[in-house]
Amino acid sequence: MSEAAAFDVVVVGGGLHGLSAALHLARAGRRVALVERRWTGRHASGATAAGVRTLGRDIAEIPISLEAMAMWHRIEAIVGDDCGFHAHGQMRVAEMAEHMPALIERQARTRALGYSHEEIIDAAELRRLVPALSPHCVGALVARRDGAADPHRTIAAFRRCCEAEGVVIAEGCGVEAVDRQGGDWLLVCGTRRFRAPYVVNAAGAWAGRLAALFGDAIALGVRASMMIVTERLAPLLDPVVSVVGRALSFKQAGQGTLVIGGGLQGSADLDRERSSVDFRNLARGARAASDLFPAVQGVRIARCWTGIEAETRDHIPVIGLSPNAPGLVHAFGFSGHGFQLVPVVGSILAELVCEGRTRREIVAFAPARLMQERAVA
Amino acid sequence: MFRKLHDPGPQAVTIFIDGRPVTAELGESVAAVLLRQQEGWSRTTPVSQSPRAPYCMMGVCFECLVEIDGQGSVQSCLTPVANGMHIARQQGRRSLSA
Amino acid sequence: MSDRTDLLIVGAGPAGMAAAVTARRHGLSVRVVDDQPAPGGQIWRGIETVAATPRAKRLGESYLAGAERAAAFRACGADYESASQLWQIEPGFRAFVTRGGKARAVTAQAIILATGAQERPMPFPGWTLPGVLTVGAAQILLKTADSVPEQPVWIAGCGPLPLLYMTQLLAAGGRIAGFLDTTPRGRLGPALRHLPRGLGRLGDLMKGLSWSLALRRAGIPIIRHVTELRAEGEGRLQRLRYRTEAGQEAEVPAEVLLVHEGVVPNIHAPLALGCAVSWHAGQHCYVPVLDAWGETSQANIFVAGDGAGIGGAEAAEPRGRLAALRIAAKLGRLDDATAETAAAPERSALSSALALRPLLDAFYAPRPQLYAPPDETLVCRCEEVTAGELRARAVEGRPGPNQLKAFTRAGMGPCQGRQCGYTMAHIVAAAQGRSVEEVGFYRIRPPLKPVTLGELASLDEQEPAA
Repeated sequence: MSEAAAFDVVVVGGGLHGLSAALHLARAGRRVALVERRWTGRHASGATAAGVRTLGRDIAEIPISLEAMAMWHRIEAIVGDDCGFHAHGQMRVAEMAEHMPALIERQARTRALGYSHEEIIDAAELRRLVPALSPHCVGALVARRDGAADPHRTIAAFRRCCEAEGVVIAEGCGVEAVDRQGGDWLLVCGTRRFRAPYVVNAAGAWAGRLAALFGDAIALGVRASMMIVTERLAPLLDPVVSVVGRALSFKQAGQGTLVIGGGLQGSADLDRERSSVDFRNLARGARAASDLFPAVQGVRIARCWTGIEAETRDHIPVIGLSPNAPGLVHAFGFSGHGFQLVPVVGSILAELVCEGRTRREIVAFAPARLMQERAVA
Repeated sequence: MFRKLHDPGPQAVTIFIDGRPVTAELGESVAAVLLRQQEGWSRTTPVSQSPRAPYCMMGVCFECLVEIDGQGSVQSCLTPVANGMHIARQQGRRSLSA
Repeated sequence: MSDRTDLLIVGAGPAGMAAAVTARRHGLSVRVVDDQPAPGGQIWRGIETVAATPRAKRLGESYLAGAERAAAFRACGADYESASQLWQIEPGFRAFVTRGGKARAVTAQAIILATGAQERPMPFPGWTLPGVLTVGAAQILLKTADSVPEQPVWIAGCGPLPLLYMTQLLAAGGRIAGFLDTTPRGRLGPALRHLPRGLGRLGDLMKGLSWSLALRRAGIPIIRHVTELRAEGEGRLQRLRYRTEAGQEAEVPAEVLLVHEGVVPNIHAPLALGCAVSWHAGQHCYVPVLDAWGETSQANIFVAGDGAGIGGAEAAEPRGRLAALRIAAKLGRLDDATAETAAAPERSALSSALALRPLLDAFYAPRPQLYAPPDETLVCRCEEVTAGELRARAVEGRPGPNQLKAFTRAGMGPCQGRQCGYTMAHIVAAAQGRSVEEVGFYRIRPPLKPVTLGELASLDEQEPAA
């Protein structure tokens, strides 16, 4: 077995959060290795709808989400590519008058907390923004600076920047065992070994298993959100549309394909690293899409897929230092809405590693909240 | 670019290609009829608007997509002609009529 | 019609029809779905309507043989759904089928994928121009629409099919401008090593030779050892350029060019179902890993016919019957010993049908230039991704076909990689100094056929999800 390569930080997980962490750490002057069992963007990051959304965020997520949004609006300055980001807005549509009060209440709540990114619009404004929407819709809550990006361009851009900053990216390199050696963690990945005083756990759906290797028992569920992509169409709509009371997220990508998601679940198999589409369940998404946009009924589906990712009990992520394992920083459990947070979370992780603390509000994301049980050694 | 070797006789039907009546024969595919038209192409691509025509005739290349009786992106090589059928060539990314 | 069946057969070509007849004989309920409007597959396409017409004769004996197969299939008692597209199979098995704009689920205990073969994609500059078609396409036009190219046609490629088609075309009164034979020099010697095994099939060899002779007698120009092709024209094929191994180059006017470089199994369905595949070095393609009955690595999913490895109709039928026998035994309609006894003649028929194959495979193996097209060639016809773009991206890191697909969109169009999969794999392999086998193939994402959102939505009404 080869001698362990020594770094300041080893990031485990080549998804977008791992890449963003590696990038920010490298820019802070750290020697960084990123180890990835398959290849960068293999799972959730390559399967995401890539919504860039502050709309409807958990109250605890709003501060970092707004900061991330500011970063998205200057993403080219950060990673040298616009990542296909377009700020056409995101909206949550009410199909019936009785769905409006909840949206109005939500807006009032965020306003009361001093936020102004969410706005109620009426049927006329809704129709102006999305003429293709079925006329039965009565209003919406909208975040106009929100939007969507291209996930693959984003992965490529972050990866390119990581490489330019000297991050060692080791693909096909899964962590099998962890050992403590002096002040360092030793990570055994097949015949390769890496050592560093700091480890970032950005292992996505498998992050709970990685945490366990360090003695952290973190309760974590798994999601396999399904997506539909259609044939390319002439421009139909600009914003990303979701609907009250239905599992639907509906947008049109730059090349013209419709991307339809909304969190309908397929099935996931963590051991085989596979997930499958459940078409009877996905039919509900197709139904919702054709109810909201009647013209799409005859549109052809090009492909469907699922991505595997971690889900927490409270649907907000785990971001923070391990209370048990020195130098271990967790960032996972984004529960289906981590894409938008990518730029800011990397920056937070870099702070946690470099300074041992962060100026951002991450108390709500503390790993300890999900660690009632003691680790099984 | 292709020609038919016999007269369809009693098997003849009329289909409409972009509104123009065209004679076809029961049992043949819409793609076969398209390949007998002067224009030579049957759609333009959504990416670069390049002209394309049926290529494989067995359902694997998806070059022969046309709108048939209002349904878009139908594989014309798998669709037999029927009397009165309306075919529209798709140009670029297709638009949805609400 | 019940939506439960013992056996679901996908494809009504030689393998699917033979399997259906055998399975029915052993008392299984059988559902056959096929995307064509009538039974026969590609080889016997249109046979039911064509057999009674004057043109049937010039299509040849082996085509006419399909008439009685189709009749036996019609009479066997299988539920046959023509013009139906199977687009997904979930464990259980629950198969989703669309017919006439309506989708529905069918449950089955066993499945035979008899989805046949497709012509090997042959990328070269200009291959997307209207006027460039496959030889198989032209033969289908001849069979089902009695149509031939208006002008003298150019034909490029290799294999038995171009010879057969040219013979049929001449018999129909069509005209041939020339045959650009892409078979490389020096193929005969290695191919003849397989002759002893193929001696039992001398008749087939003679048939092939008689086609060649007929072409020569008709005075068809034959240009040998063509290595490069280029189709050119404004909006349609107008000119054709080619180059031979010896360096001879020419430009000729052309309205229709037909191309063919052999056939490869349709592997999208087995791949989508998670069936193991392996690289068939002799046939330069992936084939499903099958046991002696045709069962895949996924229990109760079988592959029969050319989808199991190229063997032609004569191999497809015994393969179909073997699969049906094994399924009848697995479902308790037949004891194992009886199934074995019934299988013996099928195995020997299969072995005989495949005897000539190694010789043909060796003689017509794809030329090395096939999958190394010039940079400007569109590899992915749907998303219009060039060989040059793939080559450039293939050396940024060490991406596999699936990563390159994500970054370039190659393979994301409506054909779902059926036309670019092998070229992609070869380009990645060449750029990275790896073998094609090591590089692998696209992950195939459902649905297997592009159903509409409305069709999928209709499943929601029928059966609310749990």
